[in-house]
Amino acid sequence: MNDIVQIENLKKYFAVGKNSEGPIFLRAVDGVSLNIQEGETFGVVGESGSGKSTIAYTIMGMYKPTSGKMLFKGQNIAMDVSKRPQHLKKELQIVFQDPGSSLNPKMTVRQLLKLPMRLHHLVPPDEIEEKIVQLLEKVELPPNYMYKSTPSIGGGEKQMVAIARALAAGPSFMVLDEPTSALDVSVQAKIINKLLELQQELGLTYLFITHDLSLMRNMASRVAIMYLGRICELATAKEFFEEPLHPYTRMLLSSIPTVSAEEDLMKPKKVVSTGEIPSPVNIPPGCSFHLRCPERNSQCQKDDPGMVEVKPGHWVRCHQFSAQPSTGEQPIPLANIS
Amino acid sequence: MTMETLLDIQNLHVWYRVYGGYLKVLNGVNFTVNKGERVGLVGEAGCGKTTTMKTVLRVLPYQVSKIAQGQIMFKGRDILQMNGKALQNVRSKGIAMIFQDPSSALNPVFTVGEQLRDVIRYSLDSQTSRREREQTIERVAMQALKEVSMPDQARIMETYPIQLSGGMRQRVCISMAITMGRELVIADEPGTSLDVTIQDQILRLLHDLVKKHNTSIILITHSLGVAREMTDRIYVMYAGTMVETAQTSELFANPLHPYALGLLASVPKLTGGGIAMGIPGHLPDYLNPPQGCRFSPRCPRAMPICDSSPPPFFDMGNEHKVACYLFQGGRT
Amino acid sequence: MTTSSHETQSSRPQSQYQKLSAKVILAENVHKYWYKFSRNRLSVIGLVVVTVVVLAALFAPWVAPYPQHASTYVDFKNANLPPSFRFLMGTDIFGRDIFSRIIFALRGALKMAILVLAISVPIGVLLGLIAGYYKNTWIDVLIMRITDVFLAIPPLILALAIASVLKPNLTNSMLAVTIMWWPWYTRLVFGMASSYRNENFVIAAELTGASKGHILFREILPNCLSPVFTKMALDVGWVILIGASLSFVGLGEQAPTPALGQMVSDAARYMPDFWWYTVFPAMAIVVVILGFNLLGDGIRDMLEQGV
Repeated sequence: MNDIVQIENLKKYFAVGKNSEGPIFLRAVDGVSLNIQEGETFGVVGESGSGKSTIAYTIMGMYKPTSGKMLFKGQNIAMDVSKRPQHLKKELQIVFQDPGSSLNPKMTVRQLLKLPMRLHHLVPPDEIEEKIVQLLEKVELPPNYMYKSTPSIGGGEKQMVAIARALAAGPSFMVLDEPTSALDVSVQAKIINKLLELQQELGLTYLFITHDLSLMRNMASRVAIMYLGRICELATAKEFFEEPLHPYTRMLLSSIPTVSAEEDLMKPKKVVSTGEIPSPVNIPPGCSFHLRCPERNSQCQKDDPGMVEVKPGHWVRCHQFSAQPSTGEQPIPLANIS
Repeated sequence: MTMETLLDIQNLHVWYRVYGGYLKVLNGVNFTVNKGERVGLVGEAGCGKTTTMKTVLRVLPYQVSKIAQGQIMFKGRDILQMNGKALQNVRSKGIAMIFQDPSSALNPVFTVGEQLRDVIRYSLDSQTSRREREQTIERVAMQALKEVSMPDQARIMETYPIQLSGGMRQRVCISMAITMGRELVIADEPGTSLDVTIQDQILRLLHDLVKKHNTSIILITHSLGVAREMTDRIYVMYAGTMVETAQTSELFANPLHPYALGLLASVPKLTGGGIAMGIPGHLPDYLNPPQGCRFSPRCPRAMPICDSSPPPFFDMGNEHKVACYLFQGGRT
Repeated sequence: MTTSSHETQSSRPQSQYQKLSAKVILAENVHKYWYKFSRNRLSVIGLVVVTVVVLAALFAPWVAPYPQHASTYVDFKNANLPPSFRFLMGTDIFGRDIFSRIIFALRGALKMAILVLAISVPIGVLLGLIAGYYKNTWIDVLIMRITDVFLAIPPLILALAIASVLKPNLTNSMLAVTIMWWPWYTRLVFGMASSYRNENFVIAAELTGASKGHILFREILPNCLSPVFTKMALDVGWVILIGASLSFVGLGEQAPTPALGQMVSDAARYMPDFWWYTVFPAMAIVVVILGFNLLGDGIRDMLEQGV
């Protein structure tokens, strides 16, 4: 299995002002490394301020990374989208959370779907109409939707149009940024199933972002959980949900509302969450989670734990699992984790 | 177990006037809340949950809405027939609402303290002297903030909503709703716009407060999981009608209505195993809704009788009622 | 349905159906717009007034009872006659029918308004689009500070200054008004363009590799147009007013061609005996401007997003 995306020590800081000591940075992504394999669904979970969306946007090229390496199919993409070669722009596509603002309200569906096809010269002009109808059929929308403009169609259908638009360019990698968070459960089910079907059919790789852990369980093959710009835990979906190790993972899992007794059993023991989520401008020293962690010790306030491979493929950033005692030695360096 | 009925909505029909006619949103809503009870109202977007609650408080947009039929009995009196002082009484002392988005529910140009004191002031009876009244207001306000676990109450009173985080704003809204011993609180999707851990805190806070003050609460949500953990009794709503109601544990153990079943199947489970295909079709057009059961166009088990007239609640015993012809005749 | 050549693709025979759907959707939209517009009775009144004025101005030579009175013409026998069936609004000191002159004056006023807007609006909108897209760069600063300079000068004073430096005639006063009209549109569009620039749909287009031209004119501009159209309708009234102010002081259209402001100012000394000489042109100004204002309100209601 190849790695389609490789990220090493990615950092993205936003300058949000100055104080007496110099510029203040919002450290949205603070040293993230991960590899995504071709054909898999890589899930990223986190609450607000975790940096999950920022990673996605940096991969897409909306932001230029502050530092770190980013490779797509072996090519360097650590740059803003305007500097990327045209052929890469069609390979990476994104579906945003809110379909209302990601589709131009003054355009018809036809114009929306035509744009990527026209830009990348994928289809000769006289076949564009047919291709659009095919795309609409793929997402189970009737052909006469072509002439509708987006404010007149419902949320779920709008999101289907957004997916169709992403597919129109013929991508190999799609970022799905909370694609169903704004939608009802029954509509969500339809869209998720369609996304899974399309993935099988077209061999797509997904980067799936959500805050809904139950949804993640059914979507992702591997999951990473983020807190304040750093990954806390990274594992296969099965291990992540059945044997969560990081205290934040357990806190999150125990807080989600579930609908059946079997799921109740799956949840770890209740970890009562206290306090507010700090802002990424003010990241606490040491381990960024220590202020809310029920299992913290004195070391947690001083040193940031590194990512440690506790089991093959299961990485955790927590002093409880660091292999060496607290002498300030370097933690085990991040090896190839794919 | 006899419980005193606090709120009883009977056969409510509400229409909105739009280009092309009337949107017949609510189609005979029946809904009861007893004293001290936690009732959940579960439904998806567009089913009419917020419309129902706005009708209870009579805050529907005046020019375009029309209450075609129905009664809303609050402690024995019909809210829809009330005017002036009586209605004001209900709103200031009887029922309170916590809105979904705390950022837009709080006025950004007034401090938290000013808004909180206003709420208390309007629910006080005319007190003796002005000074005494102000003192009471101040005392009650600080107490309310303490009850919602806000640290440093005096400072919070002087802050503006924009300086607070989402969770804290929601707490302020909750404190405004539970002051002065109101009997019924309507919480419209509290915590939906907040992070999961914060939502958990807010819901637990609500739970504790409700217990402590013996307030009744109507919890509106689209999340079945939240409803399951936070309510004693549930109503499932679809397209302006209540389709099923039962004790919470009974509903999740034994769901009957095809919509409820479809909804439960669509919820992603923590145990994995994939999600169901969702419910085919879409909400009915409220301009020309179906004559019979509004779910029948999408129902996998629809029968000819379903199109004739809307099904009433059929009693399945143990407070479990279903509005579906499949269960005609009560216990099957 | 006409039969097309035999196609195995399922989409071809459908295209007729789809064209029909497009027409249906268009008709629906027209209906909806009219519904929104006609909710307010005043807007409809505005529309009626504007239609009457525009038609009268267009067909002035045929509508005016005495078209020849609008140029050099004297008939002292019929001078200073009060309103009657023969001369609906009376005659002036030269014996010219005031009603006909007003119609021709409206023609001139509308011509000026249309020309001024036709030139200043595209310039202003274009500059605003560019400045908004490049917000917080030197381009934005350059464009918007120039705009600020023009906005800081009182419009009438600037128009007077320009018109008095150049020869006083219609063309030069139009030029003066045009020069100080475009900044309002730049500012209007700048605000909208800079906020739309960060919307997800613009970002999505950029990510796919759309050109700057496409983004400016096909993504951002269509979303900015509604307030622009509303403002244009209201501006016709403003330009007419400014034009009348200019002709009141003798700049603008020169005698004998009639201009509303000039008619009012010439007649001022004949008040109150020959009241019809001032009152009717003044009323015409009021009615026209009011009509365009009401129409503008209606257009705003019509284009407003929302249920």
